[in-house]
Amino acid sequence: MNFTSKHYDMKRKTIYRSLFLFGTLALVSILFQLCKPKGPAEVTTGNAASQAYVAPGKYDEFYNFVSGGFNGQMNVYGLPSGRLFRIIPVFSEDPTSGYGFSEETKPMLNTSHGYVPWDDLHHPALSTTNGEHDGRWVFGNANNTPRVARIDLKTFRTAEIIELPNSGGNHSSPFITENTEYVVAGTRFSVPMGDKTDVPISTYKENFKGTISFISVGKEDGKMKIAFQIKTPGVNFDLARAGKGPSHGWFFFSCYNTEQAYTLLEVNSTQKDKDFIMAVNWKKAEEYLAAGKGEKAKAKYVHNWYDEKTHTATSEMLNEVMQLDPTVLKDMVYFIPCPKSPHGCDTDPSGEYIVGSGKLAALIPVFSFTKIQQAIASKEFEGDFGGIPVIKYEAALHGEVKKPGLGPLHTEFDANGNAYTSFFVSSEIVKWNVKSLEVLDRVPTYYSIGHLCVPGGPTRKPHGKYVIAYNKITKDRYLSTGPELTQSAQLYDISGDKMKLILDFPTTGEPHYAEAIPASLVMPNSVKIFKIEDNNHPYVAKGESKTNVERKGNQVHISMTAIRSHLTPDNIEGVKLGDEVYFHVTNLEQDWDVPHGFAIKGANNAELLIMPGETQTLKWKPLTTGVFPFYCTDFCSALHQEMQGYIRVSPANSNIPIKFSTGKTEAPAGATGSK
Amino acid sequence: MKRLSIIPLLLLLACGQQQAPGNESSVAEAAPGAGQSAVQDETSERDVVRVAVNSPVHTTLVTALKTAEYVDALSNAGPFTVFAPTNEAFDKLPAGTVENLLKPENKDALRNILEYHVYVGVITEAMVQDGMTLNQVNLDNITLSKKDGKITVNGANVLGVVKASNGVVYVIDAVLLPPEKK
Repeated sequence: MNFTSKHYDMKRKTIYRSLFLFGTLALVSILFQLCKPKGPAEVTTGNAASQAYVAPGKYDEFYNFVSGGFNGQMNVYGLPSGRLFRIIPVFSEDPTSGYGFSEETKPMLNTSHGYVPWDDLHHPALSTTNGEHDGRWVFGNANNTPRVARIDLKTFRTAEIIELPNSGGNHSSPFITENTEYVVAGTRFSVPMGDKTDVPISTYKENFKGTISFISVGKEDGKMKIAFQIKTPGVNFDLARAGKGPSHGWFFFSCYNTEQAYTLLEVNSTQKDKDFIMAVNWKKAEEYLAAGKGEKAKAKYVHNWYDEKTHTATSEMLNEVMQLDPTVLKDMVYFIPCPKSPHGCDTDPSGEYIVGSGKLAALIPVFSFTKIQQAIASKEFEGDFGGIPVIKYEAALHGEVKKPGLGPLHTEFDANGNAYTSFFVSSEIVKWNVKSLEVLDRVPTYYSIGHLCVPGGPTRKPHGKYVIAYNKITKDRYLSTGPELTQSAQLYDISGDKMKLILDFPTTGEPHYAEAIPASLVMPNSVKIFKIEDNNHPYVAKGESKTNVERKGNQVHISMTAIRSHLTPDNIEGVKLGDEVYFHVTNLEQDWDVPHGFAIKGANNAELLIMPGETQTLKWKPLTTGVFPFYCTDFCSALHQEMQGYIRVSPANSNIPIKFSTGKTEAPAGATGSK
Repeated sequence: MKRLSIIPLLLLLACGQQQAPGNESSVAEAAPGAGQSAVQDETSERDVVRVAVNSPVHTTLVTALKTAEYVDALSNAGPFTVFAPTNEAFDKLPAGTVENLLKPENKDALRNILEYHVYVGVITEAMVQDGMTLNQVNLDNITLSKKDGKITVNGANVLGVVKASNGVVYVIDAVLLPPEKK
């Protein structure tokens, strides 16, 4: 405890003592009254358990794609059961699957800063067509080293990652337009860019700029490309949502730190009563781009994609990006004042209303797209910020939800015109009507909710049924696990007028945003196996007779196969100290759910987990001579424990020839080879 | 008078320091509400609510927080800068004011006043500058003054500053009244 006292009058000590006694008595009586626990257990009532119960062998109704936060991955749960199905490796290495360790997947984590083994994934975005979920892809953002990933929902694997130049942390991402024309990426940190990046930090106002990247997405193949970047004044971009329906063609970004502070943002970025929602007319941006109004800027960024035929990722370095300057190109970008450091910026299913959530405000402003258009047409501006017009607050405002709670963060919607907003400080979800702005219901969350999710909540046709709270703090909610505790999700039934807590389950990593989609839109497309005849990996062995061990200088390439229950070859000799050994293992199985694994003693990386029909490569550099065992790490069959082999490593100067086999027994050969 | 005004702070601290470990669990159990404020934790540093609950001179404030249902909110991660008027400070209000505010029909008014005492963010004493304004939870500003090292808030004297796990508590000798809404 730390306090400042100046004087203490000894003579009055006795008076204080009696005061103290009285105070303590009063305190005790208050404590006594307040001691009635009305715990969360009481909130879960009636048939809650049965509502969330999915019987063994039955399927969940929804997939829930939950960001892994600081695990850098995307976690897949079922709803309403809360069962965890998969952790999809995206931005972090995954020794379990070999992602980032196998030669084929290492390029996925390449960046302009070299190989980056970890990141922080905050927001999933499910692809949409006509503003509705289409079940094709889910995108995710890397918050630290700015990137966007596309995960293919046929394989539940990361298919592509693109880096973002001129960005200092990709938080305002990867929100998408109605037909997945674009994925956006707004920089959290503004940074100096261009040729002049070595500048004093104190020159923020002059030298630091923000960018919003619009990444185009291939209609058929999903391939990502940075179509253009919009340069902005230096601020922090936080979150974003595309317009839809009537507002399709526009994008809305929340931004804070319009004070342009560069130190102690806790104080210095919260000085103004209002920051901004930035409205971007991206159709207009497309026009400018087509008219050649963009400027090519030098940039260095990496684009990685995974080829399902070669089962191999490729990395390419890109060197330029198109930029648009809204201070020159008019009618493309506008600011709308929004109270107190807006965090969430969410458009309702009709596309008419844009909800800003000032995380330090005790109200929620709701803006009207129609009024924004009118305000622009009649030039109802209160001035400009960095050369960009600022629309008058009242001119854009539909209305305010008054005193809804403390610390509004994010809003999702149901199909009945209602909004659900998470409140971090008051730790609750508040349901309100978008048109009337009337608060309809509130429920506590345990504890400190961040994001929330209604299935289809950000789309034109929400599926409704549930709202899920993603909580930051669990303190006493579960069996304790030392100082580090799990985060949690809480599932509420929203089918009635009142929200009802029906399930509470722990989550992996740190969930930020999540989306949920009906299983019927995803599950039928799920790939079961990779066809071996389509495998174009350069070292594939499409059958045991095709296996091979080949020396190329000091590299030894082993084309190995795995099938229940042996590896071919399983006896290998002729490797010398100093060699780099590449185990290219093809899983010959063409049967669903029969992966094989591969690991070798002393490998300084991880295992391989190889799906049916796939080839994956583990690089191994032996450091001593001897015989090293390797084996299948996935319990594939009754004879899994027999699925093993040996590789012999001889001294560098030995003349042992390359030799490999499976099932061949020889008479003892005596002392050939090393001395 | 000036000297008297320090007493509450000393009592607050005395109370905190004299707390026997055995008693703390009952304090934790009894922290008002049933959300985060009810978490049993005798080890962690006290949060702003527990600082107030453990202060015999902040019983009115604690009652007000409970009536406004803000006890759980202030037990949250915050961080908060709380300006905590003493019982004496509440006593200085016109007779009947507190009783009125505690009535269920006046919950919004009470909340507005309490929100005016809370800033989301930690402003330590060292960070206070003369003339600094803080936009409080209710969206109205308070003004801090610092003259010869002495801090006042909208004219109220700061009697002491207590660090809490989720922020900082400034003990003040007057209730801060938000500006009239138009």
